[in-house]
Amino acid sequence: MRNSIGLGCLAIAALVVAAGDASAQTEIQWWHAMTGANNDVIVNLANDFNASQKDYKVVPSYKGGYPDTMNAGIAAFRAGNAPHIMQVFEVGTATMMSATGAVKPVHVLMKEAGEAFDPKIYLPTITGYYSTTKGEMLSMPFNSSSTVMWYNKDSFKKAGLDPDKPPKTWPEVFDAAKKLKAAGHPNCGFGNAWVTWVNLEQLSAWHNLPLSTKSNGMDGWDTVLTFNSPLHVKHLENLVELQKDKTYDYSGRTNTGEGRFTSGECPIFLTSSAFFGNVRANAKFAFGNAPMPYYPDVAGAPQNSIIGGASLWVMGGKSAQEYKGVAKFFTFLSDTDRQVELHKKSGYLPITKAAYEKTKASGYYEEFPYLETPLLELTNKEPTENSRGLRLGNMVQLRDVWAEEIEAALSGKKTAKQALDDAVSRGNQMLRQFERTVSR
Amino acid sequence: MSDPEGLTPLHMEKRAIFGGRALPYLLLGPQLAVTLVFFYWPASQALWQSFLLQDAFGLRTDFIWLENYRDLFAQGDYYRAMATTAIFSIAVGALSLSIALMLAVQADKAIKGAGVYKTLLIWPYAVAPAVAGVLWLFMFQPSLGLVARGLRSLGVDWNPLLNGGHAMTLVILASTWKQISYNFLFFLAGLQSIPKSVIEAAAIDGARPTRRFWTITFPLLSPTAFFLLVVNIVYVFFDTFGIIDAMTGGGPSKATETLVYKVFFDGRLGGDLGSSAAQSVVLMVIVVALTAIQFRYIERKVTY
Repeated sequence: MRNSIGLGCLAIAALVVAAGDASAQTEIQWWHAMTGANNDVIVNLANDFNASQKDYKVVPSYKGGYPDTMNAGIAAFRAGNAPHIMQVFEVGTATMMSATGAVKPVHVLMKEAGEAFDPKIYLPTITGYYSTTKGEMLSMPFNSSSTVMWYNKDSFKKAGLDPDKPPKTWPEVFDAAKKLKAAGHPNCGFGNAWVTWVNLEQLSAWHNLPLSTKSNGMDGWDTVLTFNSPLHVKHLENLVELQKDKTYDYSGRTNTGEGRFTSGECPIFLTSSAFFGNVRANAKFAFGNAPMPYYPDVAGAPQNSIIGGASLWVMGGKSAQEYKGVAKFFTFLSDTDRQVELHKKSGYLPITKAAYEKTKASGYYEEFPYLETPLLELTNKEPTENSRGLRLGNMVQLRDVWAEEIEAALSGKKTAKQALDDAVSRGNQMLRQFERTVSR
Repeated sequence: MSDPEGLTPLHMEKRAIFGGRALPYLLLGPQLAVTLVFFYWPASQALWQSFLLQDAFGLRTDFIWLENYRDLFAQGDYYRAMATTAIFSIAVGALSLSIALMLAVQADKAIKGAGVYKTLLIWPYAVAPAVAGVLWLFMFQPSLGLVARGLRSLGVDWNPLLNGGHAMTLVILASTWKQISYNFLFFLAGLQSIPKSVIEAAAIDGARPTRRFWTITFPLLSPTAFFLLVVNIVYVFFDTFGIIDAMTGGGPSKATETLVYKVFFDGRLGGDLGSSAAQSVVLMVIVVALTAIQFRYIERKVTY
């Protein structure tokens, strides 16, 4: 009895000590949207950072998918208890950066915290998406990817195609898809996830065409959509024509259709390079990936691709001590070895030039060429005003509106031209609405 | 309230007599408080928000009078969402009420294993709307779904990703399935409260089962049916966005975008709280009007 009381006292004492220890630390709340293996990556990062020093403690919490996390953060900000760090997908960039006062730009954060910070060490095609036109970094890139073309080497062999020479141009893809369809893929010669990202956003950048004026919105909120150009219309017309006999088959607006590649149903599938983990785990066939196809009659194509993924935003209204912790964490994240490890483990792109060089020098890409394809696309040429990135307000909803119009064209309700014209005019209305709310 | 055949028992005195004023108000209090907190307060917030133009973070707010409403009624999409809602709610309401009634009538009969049968029928009610959506999606997903494969092997080009009619059928089926249990439960309770003697008397008089159902059971079920009609209208108008979001996301090309889904889509995904609030006010007005019409015209035909 006496003994157990003694034990109880000890336990209480231990608790008090632990609590005292915790209160000396500054907690940094990090809200994110990663599940599965990528969630482990985040938890490990936080643990490693917490073990590396004693003053700060990063506490990650999962808040649902990308839109959910962003909405949770916005709601928390309205209620006065926003997290310190919030992971926001690339299409939320305009919404976040327009919220002056609600967010703290990374370049300001690093300067105020006195943390050494050189924006030039980062890969410009990645940070460009999250920077002002003057090159000031607004958010810290975290997980980045780009669109690549995944293909099934076994199916290629069966259809009499060379598995080591994937098609390079769109006409070649269409031909290959027809052969694949005849050789055991009746429902899908080729397909893609993220229909607007692949067929409008990346298509524009890859052919050096503007998606919208003012450098795709980066130079001002008064941007006007321009993706109803002849090339855009021609591409959609091709898809509509091939949809009729399922040489191309529509697979939805997000990435829910990706299973059609890993199950073997679609032998060619355009989607994110970050699909790698999933392919490696689930595909029961030899697979490969290649850069996105292009139209050879467009002068200068291919240009360079743009990124997808998410970055870390720092929320406003926190104490200097807390910001110092966030700044230290960002320095920790940018470390070359840490970036190399993250890149290899998650399949997402390294954000610094040094990490890319180091991975390359180690010969890693000879064994896993799939991981380098998106980097080769992103760095293919010096980015132009059409291929630096996108900055459109209401982007989440814009994508849905564009997808609706593409669906209308693919189901034969509208011509490709009409659908893209409507997507542009409806999108422009939404952009004006956004402009009205941010520029008062 | 005519009762020519004298089938219903003598009318009970419905009014209670209270001595003072305090007690009745005290008894009403909890109910009023709940209504105030959970209906009037949020409803008034929505009304106020619908006059505002605000960014997602609430950093800048402008009072813009009725501009949100004007923009809304200038959108062709809004009228399309209304038409979609009409088709969707009539289909779900009619299907879920009639199927539930049929099942309840069958379950009310003295059959073997009635208990198991009833329990199984009630289960779907415990499934969350989004889960119900995903469940149905698995069965009907064009490339992986079991039912979809069956349909395709029968030569039907099943494709809810591009065919609006297919997508609509899918959300109607899932929403109906989700609501049948609830309706079933009430219909069954209603059936069990009908005195057997009345039906036996009709049987002795030589009325066949079908005739007994339409002349006795159905009229006596009418209070239940009326209650369920009101509840089902509320269900299809407000509670189905989870199913739609999980299954079609309103697509393809807005074919399954109902009014409530549009409220969710514009407000939560689009961050346009003003328009979303204006839409919910319009939606509230529609449902209040529908309910009032039901009480005014249909309730007259109800036999209590």
